[in-house]
Amino acid sequence: MQRSLVDRIYSTIVAAITGFGMLLLLAPTLVVLVISFTGGITLKFPPPSWSLRWYVELLQSQEIIEPALTSLKVAAAATILSAVLGGAAALGLARSKLRIARALDALFMSPMVLPAMAFGLSLLLVFNLLGIRLSAATLVLGHTIICVPFVIRMVGASVQQLNPVLITCSLSLGASRWYTFRRITLPLIRRGIVASCFVAFLTSFDNVPVSLFLADARTEVLPIKLWAILEGSLDVRVAAVSGVIVLLTLAGLVCAEIFGGVSRQIGSR
Amino acid sequence: MLPVVPLAALFFAAFVLPLIALVAISLFRNAQFAELSLAQYLRFFSDPFSIKVLTDTLWLGAEVALATLILAYPLALVYVASGPFMRTLITFLIMLPLLTSTVVRTFAWIVILGRDGIVNSAMLSLGLWQAPARLLYSWEGMVLALTQIQLPLMALPVINSLLRLDGNLTRAAEGLGASRARIFITVILPLTLPGAIAGWLLVFAAAATAFITQTLVGGGRIILMPSYIYQQAVGVQDWPFSAALSLIFTLAVTGIVFAIGALSRRYVRGVDAA
Repeated sequence: MQRSLVDRIYSTIVAAITGFGMLLLLAPTLVVLVISFTGGITLKFPPPSWSLRWYVELLQSQEIIEPALTSLKVAAAATILSAVLGGAAALGLARSKLRIARALDALFMSPMVLPAMAFGLSLLLVFNLLGIRLSAATLVLGHTIICVPFVIRMVGASVQQLNPVLITCSLSLGASRWYTFRRITLPLIRRGIVASCFVAFLTSFDNVPVSLFLADARTEVLPIKLWAILEGSLDVRVAAVSGVIVLLTLAGLVCAEIFGGVSRQIGSR
Repeated sequence: MLPVVPLAALFFAAFVLPLIALVAISLFRNAQFAELSLAQYLRFFSDPFSIKVLTDTLWLGAEVALATLILAYPLALVYVASGPFMRTLITFLIMLPLLTSTVVRTFAWIVILGRDGIVNSAMLSLGLWQAPARLLYSWEGMVLALTQIQLPLMALPVINSLLRLDGNLTRAAEGLGASRARIFITVILPLTLPGAIAGWLLVFAAAATAFITQTLVGGGRIILMPSYIYQQAVGVQDWPFSAALSLIFTLAVTGIVFAIGALSRRYVRGVDAA
C-alpha cells in the first residue's frame, strides 16, 4: 500500500515536470508567431487585435532587409567554404590513423569548445594589427571557422559508415579516382554533406559572437541588427522578422529532410 | 592526407595565429603595445568588480545547467517509456528551439516576461498579483529564458544515455521490490550520470557565453563576462585588457569543462570496474 503511494507521487512529479518542460519548449516559438500578427503597437499579449501590418511594415524597412540579405550571402559563402574544405579534410582524416591526423581533427573541432567571443575578438585584433579593413570577406572567414566542426563531425560520421571495399572494387574495375569519387563516394556520403550544410548555414546565419566584432556598418548582419533594435526599444517589427525566420527554417528543414534525412543526423550527434 | 592541407592552412592562418596574437596582446601594459608585463592580469585579479563579473557568469552557467538537468530527466524518462507518437512529439519539441535563431528565442522571452507580457497579464487578471512584477531585466528572468533556450542541449544526451541503459537492470530492481523513485535514484541516475554530465557541461558553457540573451533579458544592469569583454574591446578599445579578459574567461570555462569531464570519465571507469 505504502509502496504504491510512493510510486504514484513519483509518477505525478515526473509527469508534471515533463508537461512543464514540453510547454516550455513549445511556448516561445508559438508566442513569437502569435505576436507577429498583432494589430497593436506594443508587445501586449494576447494581442488586442489582429493584422498583417508588421509584415507590411517589414517589407518597407530597408534597414532590416539590407542586413538580412547580407546575412544570407555570408551564410551561403561560409557554408560552401566550410563544406568544401571541411568535407575534403573529413575524407582525408577518416582513412588515416596517423598521430597528426588525430591532432588535426582535434584542432578542427576546437572552435566548438572555445568561447566564440574570444575567437571573434582575436580575429579583430589580428585584422587591426595587419591593417586589413573589415569587409564581407573577413566576416565569411570568421564564420567558416565556426562552421567547420559540424562538417568535420557529420561528414566524418558518413565516411566512417562507408564500406571501403566499394572503393577498392571500383578502382580495381578500372574506374579512375575522380570517377570513383563522383559515382561511389559522393552519393554514399550525401546525407552527411546535406545535413552539415544545413547546420552550417543555420550556425552562420544565427552567429552573434563572431559577427559582433567583425561586422561593421557596411556589413551589418541580421542578428546584430535585431539585437541593436531590441536594445534600444521593443520594436514589434522584430516579431515579424522572427515569424519569417521560423517559417523559412521549417521550410529549409523539410527540404533538407527530403534530400538528406537531417533529423536523424542531428539527433545522433 | 593531401585533401586536409587547405583546411589546415586556413586554420593556421585564421584560428591558430589569431589566438597566439590574443595571448601576445594581453601581455602588454597599455594599448600602445610599449612594454611587456602581466599588468592586465594583475589589474583583473586585484579588482573586486572584475572578479565578481567572472564568478557571476560562471554561477549563471551552473544554475542554468542545473535547471535544465531537473527538466531533462523527467522528459527523458517519459520519452523512453512511451510509444512512437509521443517520441516523435518530444523529438520535435526538442528540435524546435534548436532550429529557431537565438535572437528569436530571446525575443520570445521579452514578450513573455515584459511589463505587458503573458506572465504579468495572467497573474494580474487572476488577481494573484496587485501590480506587474519586474521579470524582464532580472536575474531570475534571465535564468528562466536561458533554461528554455539551452534545454535541448541537455535533453539529447540524457535521452541517449537512457536509451542505452539495460532494461533488465530496472526490471530486476522492480522484481526485487524497489519503488520507482528508488529505482531512479539507485539504478537509473548512477548509470546515466555520464550523459547528464556531458549535457551539464554543454549547457554550462553555452549559458555562460550567451551574449544576446544575457544582454537583452538580463538588461544593462547585470554585467557578465561576454558584455564586459565587448564593452572593453568595442566601447573603450582597450585591446590588451579585453584580450586578457577573454583569455581569463576562456580558461575558466574550458578549465571547468575539462576538469569535470575528466572526473566523469574516472567515475565511468569506477562503475565499469564495480
